Amino acid sequence: MNSKIKKDGRKRIFFDNASTTRIDDHVFKEMEPYFRENYGNPSSLHDFGESAKIAVEQAREKVADMIGTSAEEIYFTSCGTESNNLALWGLARALKGKGSHIISSVIEHYSILNPLKEMKKNGWNISLVPVDKHGLVNPGDIENEITGSTVLISIMHANNEIGTIQKIKEISLIAKKHNIIFHSDGVATAGIIPVNVRELGIDAYSFSAQQLHGPKGVAALFIKRGARIKPIFLGGTQEKGRRAGTENVPGIIGFGKACELAKIRMNENMKYVSKLRDSLIKRLEDKITDIQLNGHPTSRLPGNVHISFKYIEGESILLMLNIEGIAAASGSSCASQALKSSHVLNAIGLSPTMAQGSILFSLGKYNTDLEINRLLEVLPPIVQRLREMSPIYRK
Amino acid sequence: MLAYSKKVMEHFINPRNVGEIKDADGIGEIGNPVCGDMMSFYIKVKDNKLEDIKFKTFGCGAAIAVSSMISEVAKGKTLDEALKINNKDIAKKLGGLPKNKLHCSNLGADALHRAIEDYKQKNKNK
Repeated sequence: MNSKIKKDGRKRIFFDNASTTRIDDHVFKEMEPYFRENYGNPSSLHDFGESAKIAVEQAREKVADMIGTSAEEIYFTSCGTESNNLALWGLARALKGKGSHIISSVIEHYSILNPLKEMKKNGWNISLVPVDKHGLVNPGDIENEITGSTVLISIMHANNEIGTIQKIKEISLIAKKHNIIFHSDGVATAGIIPVNVRELGIDAYSFSAQQLHGPKGVAALFIKRGARIKPIFLGGTQEKGRRAGTENVPGIIGFGKACELAKIRMNENMKYVSKLRDSLIKRLEDKITDIQLNGHPTSRLPGNVHISFKYIEGESILLMLNIEGIAAASGSSCASQALKSSHVLNAIGLSPTMAQGSILFSLGKYNTDLEINRLLEVLPPIVQRLREMSPIYRK
Repeated sequence: MLAYSKKVMEHFINPRNVGEIKDADGIGEIGNPVCGDMMSFYIKVKDNKLEDIKFKTFGCGAAIAVSSMISEVAKGKTLDEALKINNKDIAKKLGGLPKNKLHCSNLGADALHRAIEDYKQKNKNK
């Protein structure tokens, strides 16, 4: 139907797949009937409701299948943030009788860190393990923090900002050894790299449709059968009493389709995107001096290119790219709403100048070589221009 | 785009007076990379007026636009007039700045004032 919106006759380029992704056309098509014809509330007894319910359950199977689990262990929420909040508050409150210590890491997303901060004020003890310069958590550090009161470990599968993929299997073995529930924030990995929660030994897993070419407004939390959880949204009896609220039916149907497609095309997409990523990294390193790739060199997300440009600031780079129709993101303090530089970049020990000059290009299956070519045309002059303006750049 | 006014974008894309003055009469430096903004102002003074101004800035769109606007406004003014230039004036001339960027206009005015103070210090005994 319609192609990308053009800016000055040129197509806009989206290198910000870490923030969200463009919906797959097949997913969109799959959703449409659930707005117009099949719009019943799944809780209703009549046919409208029943057919919506059936569709939701079919979608649930597809979502479960993508991460190697069964439909009965999938709960739908509105977004990754809600899934993370439900995981933390829900699991910790259910286990309050057993203990009140939670272990997580310093590089988690704010939807983990901020609930933990609040929980600390409400009777829980929180330990945040550090990361190395690549953003890797040391499983041994987690084991060292375990006490008799530890009830929950939450470590993100991969970091959305610097792309580092954690040693989840090793961490889950430690959790199992000590009989502790292990949750992982999989928003950056589900549908992007192969995830089998049983093989990985994960007990709870958050993931979101909008990261895998599905719609915004719907996400999921996998909770292993038998794990107790106390809901945070109270009301009706949807999602077996774990999450009240009328289901986002079209969203869920879209989520199911997106998971189905992601599973079928997983290897092909990964191969394609990693190739683009590696080509971009190499060409940037060849063309621009004084830059640094952040995150783990090999254990990283297929589309993640996180670069620090020495001597210049991130928001000004983004602005100039935006003028050229290219979208990316930055961890500089000026680029954040809160005017704080990224906690992830601080955690990996980046110097302030490098943290301020950081840009994230996050690639996805819709990006192309031609788009990379365009970026390589416009970025070097932008960098040079800003360096010439910079008081700390000496040629 | 990012709630920046047309005027801010204009000064960002085409900043005036970027550069250094090798034998500057006064230099004012402000900010640091930790906070994400650094400005250096270089001035040349003749007959108590700012004959020439150049700047270098490490910072966001607002920081660059502010530096550019200040250099444009201050050029040719007497030192006393230049010392009166304040953040509110600059933000206004730029058509306003997003609330969380107003501190950039503070930095710019301060950097210029520091350059003038530097000149005055150097010429105290003359």
